[in-house]
Formats: sequence, structure tokens, C-alpha cells
Amino acid sequence: MYNGFSGGLLDYSIKIGGEAGQGIQTIGDTLSKVFSRSGYHVFTHQDYMSRVRGGHNFYQIRLSDRPILASRDVIDILVALDRESITLHEKELSDTGIIVYDSFTLKEVYEKPQFLNVPFAELAMKNGGDRIMANTVATGAVLGMLGLNLETFLGILKDTLQQKGEDVFQANEKAAIAGREFALQRCTQCSFSLAPFSAPKMLIGVNEAIGLGAIGSGCKFYTAYPMTPSTGIMLYIASKAKEYGVIVEQAEDEIAAINMAIGASFAGVRSMTGSSGGGFALMVEGLSLAAMTETPIVIALAQRPAPATGLPTRTEQADLLFALHAAHGEFPRVIFAPGTPEQAFGLTNKAFDLSQKYQIPVIILTDQYLADAQWTVERIDLKRFVYHDYRLRRDELEILSEYRRHAITENGVSPFGIPGDSHHVIVTDSDEHDEEGHIIEDSASRIRMVDKRLFRKLPLIAQEITPPVLYGSNKPDIVIVGWGSTYGVMRGAVDTLSKSNSIAMMHFSEVYPLPPVDKFDYLQVLRDAKKTICVENNATGQFARLMRAETGYGFDVEIHKYDGRPFTLETFIGELDAYIG
Amino acid sequence: MPTLDDYKGQVPAWCPGCGNFGILKVFKEAFVELHIEPHQFVIVSGIGQSGKFPHYLKCNTFNGLHGRTLPVATGIRLANHEILVVAEAGDGDCYGEGGNHLIHAIRRNVNIKLFVHDNQIYGLTKGQASPTSMEGMVTKNQPFGVLSEQLNPMAMVIALDCSFVARGYAGDQEHLRELIKEAVNHSGFSLVDILQPCVTFNKVNTYAWYGQKVYHLDTEYNPEDRIRAFQKALEWGERIPIGVIYRNHRPTFEERVPVIKNKPLIQQTVSIKVMKKKLLETMQEYY
Repeated sequence: MYNGFSGGLLDYSIKIGGEAGQGIQTIGDTLSKVFSRSGYHVFTHQDYMSRVRGGHNFYQIRLSDRPILASRDVIDILVALDRESITLHEKELSDTGIIVYDSFTLKEVYEKPQFLNVPFAELAMKNGGDRIMANTVATGAVLGMLGLNLETFLGILKDTLQQKGEDVFQANEKAAIAGREFALQRCTQCSFSLAPFSAPKMLIGVNEAIGLGAIGSGCKFYTAYPMTPSTGIMLYIASKAKEYGVIVEQAEDEIAAINMAIGASFAGVRSMTGSSGGGFALMVEGLSLAAMTETPIVIALAQRPAPATGLPTRTEQADLLFALHAAHGEFPRVIFAPGTPEQAFGLTNKAFDLSQKYQIPVIILTDQYLADAQWTVERIDLKRFVYHDYRLRRDELEILSEYRRHAITENGVSPFGIPGDSHHVIVTDSDEHDEEGHIIEDSASRIRMVDKRLFRKLPLIAQEITPPVLYGSNKPDIVIVGWGSTYGVMRGAVDTLSKSNSIAMMHFSEVYPLPPVDKFDYLQVLRDAKKTICVENNATGQFARLMRAETGYGFDVEIHKYDGRPFTLETFIGELDAYIG
Repeated sequence: MPTLDDYKGQVPAWCPGCGNFGILKVFKEAFVELHIEPHQFVIVSGIGQSGKFPHYLKCNTFNGLHGRTLPVATGIRLANHEILVVAEAGDGDCYGEGGNHLIHAIRRNVNIKLFVHDNQIYGLTKGQASPTSMEGMVTKNQPFGVLSEQLNPMAMVIALDCSFVARGYAGDQEHLRELIKEAVNHSGFSLVDILQPCVTFNKVNTYAWYGQKVYHLDTEYNPEDRIRAFQKALEWGERIPIGVIYRNHRPTFEERVPVIKNKPLIQQTVSIKVMKKKLLETMQEYY
């Protein structure tokens, strides 16, 4: 029987379901923060429709006393803010699970024992004086069900309501207490018991981690056109614009966004843009411009199901080959695909460094699942965080007797001056150009420039790429392989399946160029395994195709999921079982 | 102090008699007279015969994509608002491919000097109609004549309250030189639409055609009266006014961005040590 404890360890899942506009996110964010501050490991993800009001959305929180990286299928507490939440999710309830709801709002009373009717609205009116505090009551009730005290929650309320005044806080405090007391007294079947467990942990999402990684890496200019699920990166950087000295400009379209970022980069500041597939499609000509003019640029591409508008608020990993082949012509590029906030932070820093060092575009691939999920992290390590200024500034440029922007050098990288910094002029062109940057058409110069831009840089860039992570058995019979957002679910599956199997996960977060095998021969690991399974959130197995094209290696099995939803643990393990057998 | 020799660039690949030669000549003269050194400004250009302009003098150059001069110029200005940024575009480049960017650059009022080499035809692709081609003009690609109404860039940008709006003529060099200087000295987004004969592909709007029609706005004309300016902008036909048609004194975008109030972005550098400390502080918000 599943009881929230697997192998004696604590592992609860809470789902908050309802219509858009009912405050699902507020309840979810607050509970998650209470758990992470209480020291628990937390993982959250969201599922929502592309509308501002109505529809059905949910927010799922998993908490445990050991590290967790993905959502489960089974839930222990369902907070139902509408009837559809019950219709859709009652079946996901564990044997000891409870559905908490307000019969007044849902206009229905459920008599079954696993239902707990808490009058959120009434308690809010009576204790807080306003129905608006119903969500505070609901949050208090969930904490009561779990046996947690309100100290952490009240601390969070105090912070968020600071500007609204002491009265508002006190009203909310009463509402929270009323919710907790009610649940404590009435939930006779509640068998949960939580207590603050260790020191507070960080709770962070991938969009925030990318934003933080960018501004930390000295990104001074971020320009984009809003598009789900990439918008969070822009919003995060905008919220830090003053503190970190960043210009965030909402461009008139994605074409403008990438061209502005290229302009700022040419002028001498680190710049970045971001979008989802449709917006990135508009940026493609600009990507080619960055390549031809050898102007560094970092682009975040947050994938969602396509073609065209697709499923705007859902998830997919179907733009890997698009990111790889986007733009006309042949030029070097780097593609990263983080699977956790820590990877997102570190890889954003590396994206800026490589893009500056080699004067190339670097693309960071994420997706909706990553964008709307949060993880707890003990701390983000800054040991490997780098900042090196590769530009020629002021005197470094002034003392040169001559300067050519696209000078041919041994490693293909030309010294990059700052326009206006010295008496030298910096000239570049989207046309093929000579070393000075002026337009040419002769074949010998063309070959020299392609060799410089592409062939001299490529092997050096490849050497910068870190091998995949191997997690689990060192000499595995079974290897499950993935990239980007499947990191958590693959790792969770390995944890479960390694009790009875020789199994490992191989996760690529630096997907292009593929890592060289001299540091870690991952191809040999795959060849030595009895079964290799490539797992992707897309319909055609794009990474598997990339592997075959680049290395000739073909996986034994490919698992493709293209319903717009992420993998969840139990379903995923069930699917793997069919192949492992 | 710079001289014309300092501005010597590549040999132009334009057709003999091209209106661009006149623009290039007075542009250099204007910049010499303004005492601007070649390294003290950037020209961003697009694609078309005008796109080659910066190669034919000496200056910091970003010759980018068709239609995208203004976003690149905006990026440069926001990164470093102490450097003068000039955009050179064509009529197809700026009013066709890049139309959306023009609207929003005017709204922002970034301090960019935009010179549109308006020859009312596509030269580089050999003679198709442009947004400013006159209705009825027959080309290989418009065998029944141009069916769409001719774009009136002056009226359009005055409607958008563009900070500085002027029209010049490549055949009236002395006048154009003064216009260029006035545009450079103006604070705010400045558009100079330069009528420029295309001797190879535009057989309608020739030197003779323009010569008969253009006239200087008189000294009594007040370019700060927006309604009057709009009326003036609608004048096209037997007589075509050249000069500063409209001007206002809106604050520039750069003046309104708080982050660059004290110094340009490009000068705002921090050490990795300071940055790491800052990051650790920010990370506390997540606990």
C-alpha cells in the first residue's frame, strides 16, 4: 500500500486544481515556499490552459526528505477549487489521500470518507472579514492537514503583505489560523505528520536560473517579444534591471529583438534575447547575421508543442533539430539543454563565455515543463562561475598600429574592438567581407573567411563541451539516455529501478556539438550495454537522429512522448518496464 | 580636425550619375564641417545600393540585413549613447522591409540619424517598384503599373510625432549638406528622406523631373507647427517642398532609461569578485 512513505522515507504530493484566476498559483507558490523553508526537498510543476480566466489548471507539489527531481502520478492531497478538479484528479488519489474542498464554492457536498469539506469562503469572511482570504484559509487548512505549524507561512505572509499594512496581515493571520484549526479538528482521517526538517533550501525555477545566470555573467542588454514559455526570463531580468544595471527592452517583434541584441553586442555589451519556437523562427535571419558578422549572442529558446501556435502552454522537446539547423548558411554554433535550475544557471554562464570567446551564437534550449517547474537546491555553487572580458578596449586597441575586425588568426578568432574606443574603426558586414570587414566577392577570400569562421573555430569549440552525466551503475546493462528536461524523471526512474537492475541514466545538457569522447567515452558505455533506451518528449526522436548522424550510433529503443505533457515518474517507469522486462 | 582625406573609403560600385554620389559627397563635407572624426560615429546600413554607403567613406560600420538598420542602431545607441549613430537605408529597406521598426524607433525616440536614400525604385534587384514608387509606374514586375498608392513617408512620420522630419534632394547639394548637419545636431530621432534619382532603373523621377518640382521651404515656415507641417507633407506633385518639415523637442529614449542616467551601459563594468558577492545576495531571495 502506498502511504506517502516509500522505503520508510517521506514523499507527499499535493495538487491544487481549479480555474485560471482562482489563485492556484498563489496557494501553490506559498505552500512550496513553506516546505522549502522548512527544509524539505520540493519539486513543483504546473499545467495550465492558454487563457486568463476559466478552464482547468493545476499546480502540483511534491515534497520529500530526500532529493526529488520530478512529479509523481499519485497524489496525497487534492485541493479542489472547482468540480472539474475532482472529476479529473480523484482517480490519482493515494489510498490514504484526501480531497479538500469548499462545498459552498463547488455547490456540491461529497459524502465519501476521503473528502474533507472546509468552508474556505465562510471562514475567510468570519475571521478575515473578506472572502478574498479564502486562499489563505485553504493554505492554512493544508498545513493543518499535514500537521505543520503556521510559523513559516505567517512569515511569508508578512513579507508579501508588507506594503498592504499591518491590518491586512492580521486579517490574513486570523484566516490562516481558522483554516488550520478547522482542518486539524475535522480531518480525523489525516495521517500526515510533518515537522520542520532541516535548514531552509533554495526554491528556484529554470527561467529564474537562466535570468540570474545571465545578469551574473554580465548581460547588460536583454530584448525580446513576450512569448510563452520564455517570457519568465525577460520578467526576471526586468525585475533585476535596476540593481544589476541591465536594459530590458520589449521589442516590436522578434526580428527587432535579435537585431537590437546584435547591435548592442557589436557596440560592446553582453546581450541576449529569448523566445519560443515561433518567435525564434522570426529570429533566424538574425542568427545568420550574428554568425556572419561574428557578433556574440546568447539566445534562450523555450520550446512548446508546435507546428505554428501549437499548444502554447504545454511542453515538448521538438525544436532541437530546428535550433541546430536554423538559419541559412554554414557556421559554428553551440546548443545547451539544461535539465535542472543548477544546470541552467551554470550553462547560461558558459553560454556567455563561449559566445564571447569564439564570437558565435549560443542557444539555450528549455521547454514549458522546465519554465514552470521549481526545484529545491541546497545552494548554487559559484566556484566554476567565470567572467573574462574578451573584447579589446581603450588602450589595448589604441596602441595597435593597425586593426582589422575580421583578421585571420590561427584559431579563427579575430580581436574584437569597441567602436568609438580608439582611432581605429570597426567594420563588419552581412555580405562576405575581407579582413577589414569590407565587401568582397572573389573566391579565394571567400574560402579564407569560411575556413576562419567555421573550420578553425570548430575543433576548439568542441573541446569546450562537457561529457554527459552518467548516473547509476558504472557498467550498466541498461542505459536510458535523454537531454534537457527529462533529467529529473530519468534520474527518479534509475533510483527506483536500480534496486533490481544494472541501470544508469546518461543525460546530455550540452547537446551540440556532441561532446568529444576523449574525456569520457560515452559511446563505449552505450556499446557495452545490453539495452539502450533514448527518451524524448517529441514524436520523432530528434536527439537519437542527431546521435546517429554525428556518431553512427543507433539506440536499441526510443521512447517518444508528444501529447504536450511531461513524463511523470510512475507512468515512465511503467513504460521502461515493458522494455527492461 | 578631420579633413576630407580622412574620410577616404572604398571605390564606389554605383552606376555613373547615381544620386548616391551626391549624398556621399555632402555627407563627408557635413561631417568634416561638424568636426566629427571617422571613429567617433557608427553607420548602420541595410541592403540595397544605400547599404554600401558606409564602405565608401571611413567610419565604424555595421552593414546588416535588409530592413533591419534601425533595430541594430537602437541596440548600439542603448549600449553606448555617447557615440553618434547614423542609419543609412533605402526606400525599400526602410519603408518596405523595415516598416515596423521605423514606427517603433520613432515611438521610442532613440537619438538616431536616419537618412533614407529614396530613389522610388529597387535598384539592387534591378528595377521593381518600391513603396514610394508613384502609382501607375510600369516596371518588369509591375507590367500593369503600380496599383498601390504611393507611400508618403513625411506625412506618416509626422503622424507618429517623429522628432525631426526633413526632405532633401541629392541634386541640391548645398541644401542637403545643411540638412544633414541640422539632423546631426538635433536631439531625437531624425529622419531625412533624400530624393535621389536612379539613372538606370527609374525613368520617371529623373534629375529633370525633380529639378522642375523641388523648392526650398521659405524662411517664414515654422516647422514646429504640427498641423501646418502635416499640410506641407501632403504636398507632392507639381511642387515638392524640401527642407525641415517638422521638428519637436521630445526627450530621447536614452534620457528616459534610468539604468543609463549616470553613464552608458558599456562603461558599467564590475569585477567578478563583486559580481559573485552580488549573486550570493540575490540567491538569498530564494530561501
